[in-house]
Amino acid sequence: MIGNLAIVLFDGLAFGMLLFVLSVGLSVTLGLMNFVNLAHGAFAMLGGYVTVLVTRELGLPFLWSLPAAFIVAALVSVGFERTLFRRLYRAGELNQVLFTIGLVFAASAAAAYVFGTAQQPIQLPQFLRGVTEFAGLRFGSYRIFLIIIALVITGLLVLGLEYTRFGAQIRAAVDNQRAAQGLGIDVDTVFAVTFALGSGLAGLGGALAIEMVGLDPSFGFHYLVYMMIVVSVGGLGSIAGSFVAASLLGIADVAGKYFVPDLGAFMIYLIMIAVLFLRPQGLFGKR
Amino acid sequence: MIARIAAALTLGVGLAFSAQANAQDTVKIGLIMAYSGPFADTANQMQAGIDLYIAQHGDEVAGKKIEIIKKDTGGPKADEAKRLAQELVVRDGVDILAGFTLTPEALGAAGVADQGKKFMVVMNAATSIITEKSPNIVRTSMTIPQLNTAFGKWAFEKAGVKQAYTLVADYAPGHDAEKSFAKGFTDAGGKIVGADTSPMGPPDFSAFVQRIKDASPEAVFVFIPGGAQPPALGKALAQRGLTPPDVKLLAQGELTFPEAIESMGDTAKGIITTFNYTMERDDPTNNAFVKAYREANGGRSPDIYSVGGYDGMHLIYEALKKTGGDTSAEALVEASKGMSWESPRGKMTIDPETRDVIQSVYIREVKEVDGKLQNVVIDEIPEVKDPLHGMAN
Repeated sequence: MIGNLAIVLFDGLAFGMLLFVLSVGLSVTLGLMNFVNLAHGAFAMLGGYVTVLVTRELGLPFLWSLPAAFIVAALVSVGFERTLFRRLYRAGELNQVLFTIGLVFAASAAAAYVFGTAQQPIQLPQFLRGVTEFAGLRFGSYRIFLIIIALVITGLLVLGLEYTRFGAQIRAAVDNQRAAQGLGIDVDTVFAVTFALGSGLAGLGGALAIEMVGLDPSFGFHYLVYMMIVVSVGGLGSIAGSFVAASLLGIADVAGKYFVPDLGAFMIYLIMIAVLFLRPQGLFGKR
Repeated sequence: MIARIAAALTLGVGLAFSAQANAQDTVKIGLIMAYSGPFADTANQMQAGIDLYIAQHGDEVAGKKIEIIKKDTGGPKADEAKRLAQELVVRDGVDILAGFTLTPEALGAAGVADQGKKFMVVMNAATSIITEKSPNIVRTSMTIPQLNTAFGKWAFEKAGVKQAYTLVADYAPGHDAEKSFAKGFTDAGGKIVGADTSPMGPPDFSAFVQRIKDASPEAVFVFIPGGAQPPALGKALAQRGLTPPDVKLLAQGELTFPEAIESMGDTAKGIITTFNYTMERDDPTNNAFVKAYREANGGRSPDIYSVGGYDGMHLIYEALKKTGGDTSAEALVEASKGMSWESPRGKMTIDPETRDVIQSVYIREVKEVDGKLQNVVIDEIPEVKDPLHGMAN
């Protein structure tokens, strides 16, 4: 029984970590820049397709495709940010929502046109495929890999935002744009880089998600809801909040399905309702 | 006054005549399918089957030109399908309604086909009840009970499985599959030791797979939709060591679609599935079909959806030939009843009583052939009818 519990916790945590990598970028753009970017899932999908192309067409190993997914998603998003998104920074939230959801539709149609509507399978390296036995329990190697990646990303982001000069510039630019500009901070560039970082993380998340949840042109829609839940439960702009929320939701989802299968996928929503009822600003939200 | 009436009459007759002449030259077929949204791939495969049939047999039948009008429902939306069906009948003046990727689409359009007296060909949607909604409906795909009741019986009698655990996706086809497999299996003498339904959200099956492991059944029966779910489930089962030969894995064919097998790798070996069409089945009609299909679709292989569309067009063409181009629903349904032909899937017949398809149910096992994993037919249950027709109410 203890063994089962450990497995359920582990699987839940790994699923949560996938949600975390997919959502943390949204938390950054939504929380720090106050931009409602529903197209976040589209950048995740882009990262997924980059991985498919890199591994299948170029024949490079899966691990190499991960930085590629990050970089391509980041670069493409900067292109969009410079030409389109920045015009909406000061627009109302409704305008941002309408524009970015439209972008998801366009991305979905473009993906269907270029890659077709089929699922895109990928081949993982041998060491990520099987299971790792520990204390008589079988842990999926890929899930261990996911958890490690998520921990590394969390560490880098927290350090980067809290302790580096650039992190300080981002926080300054967000808190008071005019004052930051007055101090000589190039707010435009800071926002562009932040946006690229958020979308790059989405791309990485999309690449990591293929093995667990597959990839097709509707990816951007499917996971949008989960991304929004993680960000709202965690609290806007809080890396730690996203991490805790994603872990909580992942574990609750798997444990819920295991112990109360009739409740099925609803557990995740129950948790969301409960948390937002008690703390409307999210677990770690400040406002 | 009289001159005016005469003029109006002449004009009226003339218009009616020209409209009729126009209608006589073409047969318009309105396709209602989920071309976009999560089921777009299914609709695309059906469309490719339809297109291939037209490319091979020309677009003229019984002296009339076939004209296709496509309508996109975007997913399982009955209201949308109904609206599109009305639009097709009233505005576009179609003679035949066809396609229907999903059950809600077919149910939504059934009333229009019934009242508008249009011949309706269901090329995929697989719920038994559809054909009972109107005497104008004929189906060329399959039904879930047709496959899985036969499969359940086979599992007990031929595969020697005595007890099984079922895991199905939490939507109507999943519930149908669970019930019909359990019926076939328990009627034959088997025992269901546990049953779970998995949500349609993100395909994380780890919790359900752990529940199955806890129950340590002899076999697991699975029904999940194609797409992202099959590889995810296959991998989750493998991670818990729930793979053949330790545990028998039984499923409807979606679990071992080619992309799913590719993604699962060696862990797919030994999975036993049921379907009404198997791309790898060695048969001259099928081999020619697969070859032509791949050539027309950039190497993509056909699946049950393609063959549903292909046979649907065959039915329409042959029925039109029999009626000599008469497109009234009554004539076309009469022509379809009892029609039998050699399809890529094998012999298939339209049941004269239920207007549903009678066909072989294939049992396949994933095996390695020339270094490549594929579905190999290991048994065939001939001339299976849907067991639910006539049992409703």
